[in-house]
Amino acid sequence: MKQLGKLLPLTAIIFLLTGCGELNLTALDPQGPVAQMQLSLIKLSLYIMIIVIVVVFAIFAYVLWRYREKPGDTHIPKQVEGSKTLEIIWTTIPVLLLIVLAVPNVMDTFTLANVEADENSITVKVTAHQFWWEFEYPDHNVIAGQDMYIPTDTKIIVQLEASDVMHSFWVPALAGKQDNVPGITNEMWLEAEHPGVYKGKCTELCGEGHWLMDFRVIAVEPDKFDKWATNMGEPEQEPATQLAETGREVFQASCIACHAVGGVGGNPVAGGPDLTNFGEREVIAGFLEFNDENLEKWLRYPAETKPGNTMPAFNHLDDSEMEALIEYMKGLKVLD
Amino acid sequence: MSNSQALKKSVLWDWLTTVDHKKIGIMYLVAGAFFFVLGGLEAMIIRAQLMFPELNIVSAQAFNELITMHGTTMIFLAAMPLLFGFMNFIVPLQIGARDVAFPFLNSLGFWLFLFGGILLNLSWFFGGAPDAGWTAYVPLSSAEYAGTGLDYYVLGLQISGAGTLIGGINFLVTIITMRAPGMTMMKMPLFTWSSFVSSALILFAFPALTVGLFLLMFERLFGANYFIVEAGGNVVIWQHLFWIFGHPEVYILILPAFGIFSEVLSTFSKKRLFGYSAMVFATLIIGFLGFMVWAHHMFTVGMGPVANAIFAVATMAIAVPTGIKIFNWLFTLWGGRIKFTTANLFALGFIPSFVLGGVTGVMLATSAANYQFHDTYFVVAHFHYVIIGGVVFGLFAGTFYWWPKIFGYMLNETLGKWFFWLFFIGFHLTFFVQHFLGLMGMPRRVASYLDGQGLNDLNFISTIGAFFMAVAFVILLVNIFVARNDKAVADPWDGRTLEWATPTPVPEYNFAQTPVARELDALWYEKMQGNKKLPVAEPLGEIHMPNGSILPIIMSLGLFIASFGFIYATYWVSVIGLGLTLGCMVVRSVKEDHGYHIPVEEIKQDKEVG
Amino acid sequence: MGHAQHNTDTLPPNPEKATLEGRNKFLAFWFFLGGETVLFASLFGTYLGLRNGTAGGPTAAEIFDLFLVFIMTTILLTSSLTSVFAMLAMKKGNFKQMLVWMWVTVGLGVAFLGLEIYEFYVYVGYGLTFTTSAFGSAFYTLVGFHGAHVAFGIGWIVTLLIRYRKSGLTLTNAPKFYLASLYWHFIDVVWVFIFTVVYLMGIGG
Repeated sequence: MKQLGKLLPLTAIIFLLTGCGELNLTALDPQGPVAQMQLSLIKLSLYIMIIVIVVVFAIFAYVLWRYREKPGDTHIPKQVEGSKTLEIIWTTIPVLLLIVLAVPNVMDTFTLANVEADENSITVKVTAHQFWWEFEYPDHNVIAGQDMYIPTDTKIIVQLEASDVMHSFWVPALAGKQDNVPGITNEMWLEAEHPGVYKGKCTELCGEGHWLMDFRVIAVEPDKFDKWATNMGEPEQEPATQLAETGREVFQASCIACHAVGGVGGNPVAGGPDLTNFGEREVIAGFLEFNDENLEKWLRYPAETKPGNTMPAFNHLDDSEMEALIEYMKGLKVLD
Repeated sequence: MSNSQALKKSVLWDWLTTVDHKKIGIMYLVAGAFFFVLGGLEAMIIRAQLMFPELNIVSAQAFNELITMHGTTMIFLAAMPLLFGFMNFIVPLQIGARDVAFPFLNSLGFWLFLFGGILLNLSWFFGGAPDAGWTAYVPLSSAEYAGTGLDYYVLGLQISGAGTLIGGINFLVTIITMRAPGMTMMKMPLFTWSSFVSSALILFAFPALTVGLFLLMFERLFGANYFIVEAGGNVVIWQHLFWIFGHPEVYILILPAFGIFSEVLSTFSKKRLFGYSAMVFATLIIGFLGFMVWAHHMFTVGMGPVANAIFAVATMAIAVPTGIKIFNWLFTLWGGRIKFTTANLFALGFIPSFVLGGVTGVMLATSAANYQFHDTYFVVAHFHYVIIGGVVFGLFAGTFYWWPKIFGYMLNETLGKWFFWLFFIGFHLTFFVQHFLGLMGMPRRVASYLDGQGLNDLNFISTIGAFFMAVAFVILLVNIFVARNDKAVADPWDGRTLEWATPTPVPEYNFAQTPVARELDALWYEKMQGNKKLPVAEPLGEIHMPNGSILPIIMSLGLFIASFGFIYATYWVSVIGLGLTLGCMVVRSVKEDHGYHIPVEEIKQDKEVG
Repeated sequence: MGHAQHNTDTLPPNPEKATLEGRNKFLAFWFFLGGETVLFASLFGTYLGLRNGTAGGPTAAEIFDLFLVFIMTTILLTSSLTSVFAMLAMKKGNFKQMLVWMWVTVGLGVAFLGLEIYEFYVYVGYGLTFTTSAFGSAFYTLVGFHGAHVAFGIGWIVTLLIRYRKSGLTLTNAPKFYLASLYWHFIDVVWVFIFTVVYLMGIGG
């Protein structure tokens, strides 16, 4: 037990130094200033706590070894009442250690709460639904679903809302979470240093689909972001192929009541994600690898694929309609 | 009614009507153990599902029900009643009393808890268990998003919570007015002290839960709008009410466990507790601060930086009195003669385990970093470190320590040590890795996780650890069974406090003559003075005892019946149920029951046998 | 402990606290009231959080009838006073007089409750029901919880009055009457807070 106890903090350090976990998901390998600040604080608190752990474990191990009952020992130990000096020592030192931690924490808490806009910053309004995400860019008049595009090296002010139950917006590699609370708008900010795809998750139990309520934050160079935002606001382009044209007709008949494309269609109350740039998604429904089979599975059996979601099944489409629809949806792109 | 008449009753009737704190204590222990097994089985299914990525042993819906019921069961129906069991059996003995202040209410408290617990668990069979987490955050728990399971949750917890509140008041009064002569407050054993503070926390924390549950019930059943945003409601109010109760609740659980460790460490190092008064004040401070920090569960809900900073610092402050306790325990051991019994192994194992849980507590209190930790497996790891490493270790230490007094036989030490080591290793294996899972991006309460996120290995390790704990627990059950013929003497551990001065089995009146407590660790003091017996405060005389009563069980049953009426909107059933309960209250109020007296001859007879 | 049927002449000066049982009850009841304080504090907190959540329904300022509430307040405060008279009578050993004052207290309590029901009836007429808005729910819950406490108190005291109508004062029933009067004071104090927080603040905006 003693050895094990001593090993624990050691393993902790090893884990931290190696930065375990998947890149662009783990909070231990921050990709932006917010997560960086938080990891520094975590490390500071860990180091202070390791001091405590080492002291306690050392005394503990010594006491167990030194004062264990030896065979034949029947002496009655001295009944010590206590020691004022010791009590003062182990009251004062922890207080000092905590102050060392509390001061930077209070400062960071206020820094993280500073959501004032600067000249470059952009605002993204994030609305969480059971079990998907909607990203609205008020400055660009754009709405996107599931993938949150942001420019690199830019302060992103995130406004969080929820349309049904509580959710929580977490992109570990970029920033800690804040909750999406119905009736309240919470604000936080984040920033990505490098272009990349950062995984985000819902961290507040929100029902059956909670564990699959993932999203992506896609950081791109500012130029590319501008292009994305502009194109997202444009009307949809004509499909490239005849098959896709047919697919578009299927889409218009079956999907557009809930899903908008190029600013047309959708339903702000009961609708699903905007699909304007659906063809550029890495995953379907937040978690399925993007390929034809998975898309067909999702369209035909949504309830079985992601339990608890409200998308109706489109199993009545015949194979040719389905093929066309998939072709069309794959072509929904804004960055080509 | 005389005592001989009481003896004629059947055993079953005797247990159903008993107001004896020892029998009620045993019933709490048995019922608590039952729910502990239930909650444990739920935990095993949870860990089995998470052993590999994307498993579908149970559906996401069933998983959400399992985590909700695991948490609710373990907190309200296992940990609380098990601690209440020890408090009931031991506290009156430790203070040299013949019973608690309100034997009737004591029985009522137990039956309310039991019927509340049964009601909650019946939800499994009637439309599914509650599925919104043990915290039941609105709107997920509101009528729009959750089924009848939440009605069972609301009413089950309301009933068992009422029982807990009654129990808390009972212990407060018992400890204030029923102490043996000479036992001033500052001579009370630490377990009694911590039970006292814990009871005070119950008194001031549970009413907030009562209100929260009433509001949720009115909203779900009668169309109220407290948490409906469209009607002007506010969902955060539920969280405040829940945590104003919920945070003190964890201290309600941990403080009696601290008390158990204090007794066990002191007994098995053969030293008085180091820094007794510091320990008492630390307990009081923890109790007080416990009410000042509830919002640290809500750092991410948008309270703003000022509130977050205040609650962060207040929370960190709790580390100070807790640290004082840890060091005082270490210095109790220092210079002692430490005996490694199973009870003491759990107490010793608690120290490093709880320190780890404590330091992650401080890390979580760091509000700016909490945005990363919150609602991830880091939090799951933290609270299992404090609740298992603290409360459950305390329960097991208490089990091995007091088993001979309560059940009259010694548990087997070899099996006990197997149990300890398997459980200890399994516990750390299960929960240590979960800290990293959290930081690596695994939210809590996920029904599964996708492959390819780097979460597989640690989840596998965690589940293996859980199997260790399950095997360990089976060894405990085997131990309880095989050791049953090893009769215990009255004072097997060379004890220090008054409970070890009673004969085993403890007679229903506990002490034939009320003892005098001359010092802290009253029994040890007399032993050191060379006295074979405790000084007594009164001559041998007839002893007044309260009568048993069937009313508590009927009152609890009434509320149980009424609940079904509410859940299924058949209000005549509710009227009958509530009528039954109120009727019993009237009967109790109108019928004066003055108890009975045990004659001197019978006590003398007991003494000879003993 | 509690031996029944003492003669009034032999009763100690504080019969409600003369036995261990009596003292226990007295202490327990104070603790209980401590818990009740948290209960009402939680309800007040909830009400304060929701009092502006009218969702287009009636607001406090629009409907509250301060005159009626003032009369109710006067009645309840008077009933507290009469229960004090009852306890004074008990301490003097005048059991008959105590019963009379207790009955007066009950009567005032019933009058209060009747007016409260009438008040609710008026508000429902204005369109504020339990389910109209969060404000409505919180208002009826807070005031209704208080009303339920008053009703319970009336039932309790009446039970005691009937049960002990002929028994004379004993060491067993003295604590019971005493606690009932303590409880009555408590619900009175709660009402003072309701009057201030709900009605005065409601009218004042």
